[in-house]
Amino acid sequence: MIEALDLLMSESLWAAVLRIATPLIFGVLGALLCERSGVLNLGIEGIMTMGAMTGWLTVYLGGDLWMGLVIAALAGALMGLLHAGLTVPLGLSQHVSGLGITLFASALAYYLYRLIVEVGETPPTIEPFRPYAVPVLSDIPVLGPVLFTQTAPTYLALVTVAVLAYVLARTPLGLAIRMTGENPHAVEAQGLNPNALRVGAVVAGSALMGLGGAFLTTAAFNSFFPEMVQGRGWICIALVVFASWQPGKALVGALLFAFFDAYQLRLQTVVEGVPYQLFLMAPYVLSIVALILVARRAEVPEALMAPYRRGER
Amino acid sequence: MTLKTNRRSLMIGAAATLALPAYIRRVNAQSVTKVAGVHASPVENAWNSRIHLAMQQAAEAGLIEYEFSEGVAATDYPRAMREYAESGVGLVWGESYAVEREAREVAADYPDTAFLMGSSGGPEGDNFGVFGTRNHEAAYLAGMLAGTMSESNVFGSVGGYPIPEVNLLINAFRAGVSEVNPEASFLNGFIGAWFDPARAQEAAIAQIDAGADILFGERIGTADGAQARGVKAIGSLIDYTPRYPETVFANAIWNYGPTIEAIVADIQAGNPVGKDYTEFSFMEHGGNELIYVADMVPADAIPAMEARQAAIQSGEFEVPIDNNEPA
Repeated sequence: MIEALDLLMSESLWAAVLRIATPLIFGVLGALLCERSGVLNLGIEGIMTMGAMTGWLTVYLGGDLWMGLVIAALAGALMGLLHAGLTVPLGLSQHVSGLGITLFASALAYYLYRLIVEVGETPPTIEPFRPYAVPVLSDIPVLGPVLFTQTAPTYLALVTVAVLAYVLARTPLGLAIRMTGENPHAVEAQGLNPNALRVGAVVAGSALMGLGGAFLTTAAFNSFFPEMVQGRGWICIALVVFASWQPGKALVGALLFAFFDAYQLRLQTVVEGVPYQLFLMAPYVLSIVALILVARRAEVPEALMAPYRRGER
Repeated sequence: MTLKTNRRSLMIGAAATLALPAYIRRVNAQSVTKVAGVHASPVENAWNSRIHLAMQQAAEAGLIEYEFSEGVAATDYPRAMREYAESGVGLVWGESYAVEREAREVAADYPDTAFLMGSSGGPEGDNFGVFGTRNHEAAYLAGMLAGTMSESNVFGSVGGYPIPEVNLLINAFRAGVSEVNPEASFLNGFIGAWFDPARAQEAAIAQIDAGADILFGERIGTADGAQARGVKAIGSLIDYTPRYPETVFANAIWNYGPTIEAIVADIQAGNPVGKDYTEFSFMEHGGNELIYVADMVPADAIPAMEARQAAIQSGEFEVPIDNNEPA
């Protein structure tokens, strides 16, 4: 028991929390941006797979790592455009379209990968992002090794939280996006085009999801596997609710989930006689519990999942 | 003489033309067995890659003709099996772990086609053969090398799910370590996924933090954790050393060739194939082997390991098979 508490004091645990949280942070911010404009994007799991594949492939074919991230974001944006096209101007079911995008994008990623990359015994590798110790800051005791010796995409994820929070809360564009999610008629009355805002938000949100996927193949690991996203997208969808559609809380949610995961991997090594499945379940169970506690007070965007048609009342 | 076509000769000619492919197929069947592989995962996933490679080698050697599907979902699996059986292949190879009942139903519908399935169950009827994965002997030998190399005497392992084939492998590794190192203690983590290298890596790092300095990587990603922290790792099924040259010093290789040769011989001899082909994964048949980098292991550890290896090959020593979940 003492050992289990000792684990909480280890820098390594908290560094792992940030690593595990990074793809979730990108994913949850992307899903949040889509939903703030009124569009549920269940394509996330497939879009992350697409981002993981294209980001990796870019580097494999000779691009540099940052180019990989850019291409992954573009691939995500393209999938987002497809989802937006189906759900915003056409007003189709967001659930059906989103799940369709997930199936389509996962299969397409696998297919393109197979066309371009030769089958080998293990998938080919790239040189991934290495942890980068930020000068000076990384020398701070405890905080340094945890926060300032991460890979570049992790820093990017943290910056993105701040940027998105600022844009949504403090800029006219953010106000317009939020208003589109609450009351698109009011947006129209302001002389803005709610559907254009929605398409833009879904495309941008999907680009973030693509980045989340790319983290898995360009920083956390150095190869692509078609199944490697492993449900992280679905977790992000739940985390949006947990976060009450707010970027800051989304960061907390992603870190909390990652903490449970990092902690259970370590608990498996010190606690004996408890079935490992209980540990594996822990992050999910605790997320559900947290969801119940938090989501009751959540303020759902009023117009979420309601397609907007001009002149309709 | 003029050539005249009457109705009778036309009929005979047509019948012969129609029968020709069937005749050719019969003749071919006696020399080359057509094999269709139905892979549930992409073929570069470690386990499938071993089978895929052995199939390709058998095809190059002229023993079989090989075609395959990959990434076949469980819901689609029986359909793919049927399609191949309908197309007239001699052997449908697959993995029925997730579709035991359906796969057996398909096999019962095609009694003239042989089926060989990676399975948790037993064989069935005359045409449903099964095999298990056994590279535990090589894992045992890898453990004997690892046992002498640790400074902390803590040995880790990262597995996917605690199914018998994973458990017995990790347990064999531990038994090998314990034979040469009575002070050894063990850690294990399951990641609850077959393909989540990022998580396998985090599990490896968690064990290294808890003191492990040699890791047995049942799952890909384990060696990445070892590499990041500068400790050593052992690979399973395939040779991971080229991928992690400073990190992976030994690999418990699984060779599927002997299994293919055994079932093809049975098919060509007309023997029923409804049996368990697991034995052909044993070292005695060349079904698994240890490969290691001699420069990376202490020289005095090698003779003992080689003596054990000879004893296993000759049948003098049997590596214990322990299916219990490693703690």
